[in-house]
Amino acid sequence: MTTATEPVKLTAGLQQFIAEWKDRPGNLIMILHKVQEEYGYVPRPVAIQLSKELDVPLAKIYGVITFYHFFKLRKPGKNKISVCLGTACYLKGGEDLLHELETLLGTGVNSTTDDGIFSIEAVRCVGCCGLAPVLMVNHEVYGKVKKDQLADILAKHRES
Amino acid sequence: MAFKSYVLVCGGTACQSSKSDEIYKNFITELEAAGIKEDVQVVKTGCFGFCEKGPIVKVLPDESFYVEVNPTDAKEIVAEHLVKGRQVKRLLYQGEETKKHAKVEDIAFYQKQFRIVLRNCGVINPEDINEYIARDGYAALEKVLFEMTPDQVINELKISGLRGRGGAGFPTWLKWNFTKQVNDSPKYIVCNADEGDPGAYMDRSTIEGDPHSILEAMIIAGKTIGSNKGYIYIRAEYPLAIHRLDIAIKQAKELGLLGKDILGSGFDFDIELRLGAGAFVCGEETALLASIEGERGMPKPRPPFPAVKGLWQKPTVINNVETWANIPVIILRGGAWFANIGTEKSKGTKVFALTGKIRNSGLVEVPMGTTLREIIYDIGGGIINGKKFKAVQTGGPSGGVITAEYLDTPIDYENLQKLGSIMGSGGMIVMDEDDCMVDIAKFYLGFTVDESCGKCAPCRVGGRQLLNYLDKISKGKATRDDITKMRQIGNAMKRASLCGLGQTAPNPVLSTLTYFEKEYLAHIDDRTCPAGKCKDLITYSILPEKCIGCGLCARRCPVNCITGEKRQPHVIDRSACIKCGECYSVCKFGAVVRK
Repeated sequence: MTTATEPVKLTAGLQQFIAEWKDRPGNLIMILHKVQEEYGYVPRPVAIQLSKELDVPLAKIYGVITFYHFFKLRKPGKNKISVCLGTACYLKGGEDLLHELETLLGTGVNSTTDDGIFSIEAVRCVGCCGLAPVLMVNHEVYGKVKKDQLADILAKHRES
Repeated sequence: MAFKSYVLVCGGTACQSSKSDEIYKNFITELEAAGIKEDVQVVKTGCFGFCEKGPIVKVLPDESFYVEVNPTDAKEIVAEHLVKGRQVKRLLYQGEETKKHAKVEDIAFYQKQFRIVLRNCGVINPEDINEYIARDGYAALEKVLFEMTPDQVINELKISGLRGRGGAGFPTWLKWNFTKQVNDSPKYIVCNADEGDPGAYMDRSTIEGDPHSILEAMIIAGKTIGSNKGYIYIRAEYPLAIHRLDIAIKQAKELGLLGKDILGSGFDFDIELRLGAGAFVCGEETALLASIEGERGMPKPRPPFPAVKGLWQKPTVINNVETWANIPVIILRGGAWFANIGTEKSKGTKVFALTGKIRNSGLVEVPMGTTLREIIYDIGGGIINGKKFKAVQTGGPSGGVITAEYLDTPIDYENLQKLGSIMGSGGMIVMDEDDCMVDIAKFYLGFTVDESCGKCAPCRVGGRQLLNYLDKISKGKATRDDITKMRQIGNAMKRASLCGLGQTAPNPVLSTLTYFEKEYLAHIDDRTCPAGKCKDLITYSILPEKCIGCGLCARRCPVNCITGEKRQPHVIDRSACIKCGECYSVCKFGAVVRK
């Protein structure tokens, strides 16, 4: 683990966003969303830098990050697979899809493959219940997925 | 310029995932190629609600309803229907009940529906404010700004009988009136679009299909209670809805319907988006307000209610998306018109997300007082695969199950509560004989335990304890005593938890215990799972007389625990079996049995 205490250079997009939001009340969550958009997760050096720039204790920033499922502390894979385990998908076999993916990729839920190409997570309802069971790869939604389609879906994203 | 025909392509999330974007583009290319692009307008609309059959394309004026359309079908629809005037029969919706040339009004799925909230979904292009205005959009705002006093607005809401659609059903006019009467400023307007309930997506579709209806309603509320600032708190998991709200806010500002001096009335109102970050508890109003403030989303004890001390300790009106969507219609058509719809105490309509083991899953909007049977059988078309109906779950993790004997109950807030469930946000999940009630209770409780914020002990500790008992039951290790303890813990959680999440978390357990106690007892006394779902209580075996020795199950078995000679009956080694059920589902001869 890095113990970076030196200031890191934030991306230009993030710097601009912080400048825009700095004086607005209740800005922390919105800024964390931007951090995650830029980096894919919230790297510790960035959190430390945020704490300085916003004059918010680091503990509070981590308090917020760890409270919300959406914020990640570890870098996700190049392709993020989200398997929906909302009620409709659960009833229609969402869990089976998850297990099959774990087998195919040789890694567990909430982790990333060794080559960094895929990470799998289970999510609660992506709001396409009519298409259950559903999974998402990055922002692409796949509906009425059957187990034997998974290999093709993975192959498609592995190449791109 | 008037068009001869219109092609409406569904642009809701579900249909977009089935390539409706490509369909839209192909229509434009094909119309151009056919030389009729001046005569036909292609519109990308919000959700039609009939997600089961998506992607959906509707052609006007003859109302042809095409389902499960492929991007390549655009060519045929243009060449046949739009050029020659002949419907493409193979793509028309065919229900059990009608022949193939169904128009929208012939389709059973739509016949019993009555659309107020979803009035514009699947009708207008949500990314064009002019289409909303053409359907009386912002007319209610104009009326409120120039013709009505704030008290008249509140009175109209009172007459309408509108109650909050997010869960508990609190009268909307009362909420507004409390906030209006508090002598403090500034005041805030908040839209709760943090639809975290698994199995519910009506708010998402409403925003995606008709974002301006929410903006208009919030501005009306601002004028009524004296607020100049609104926030929409929306899940980050809904990118399309966020995108459409962004566009809507921008367009409303350009036309002077939002911002400074709205329509020259001297009234200012601004709306800002705030993104949720995946915490179910933030659907609770005090937790949601904490989250807008950038804090951990932990609920606070009420009172004080948000109407008095809400966002940044200031008076706040907070309503959910569906409630907001009703407001402009009530103002335009009058509270009395609205009060005519529904039952004595529950007025208007309710949108349900009908999902699970149902033939026509999708979004349905029905008048309050419609029975569950009408929704499930007449609109939903009954259970899939000819299975038997077992229960329907309403209210998500805060609700309960309702069994077949209560299917004729008219739906309203009070009746659902009497049955041990709640209206909730409107998830309606249909379950069949293959669904185990212990497993369902465990699923919902696992969810609430995950989502408990941990602030109060009844929810944090009680939920975990209940889940442990359910786990014991599903493994066949529980005793009858445990059921008594579960009831005690559940009732304690209901009474002592701080917020709605904890108070309602035991509902799925208590209601399945009420209606399906026998099923629980089968797990406990006989150590069996009648639905064949709880892995620890089932075994798979092969019937030698039915097995022809094709070897398919052996090849598919992930742990290679099935052996046998070719054309000879195979055998499962139970000590190695992981009970994945693969053999059971692949066997074409019914030779694999589950007990």
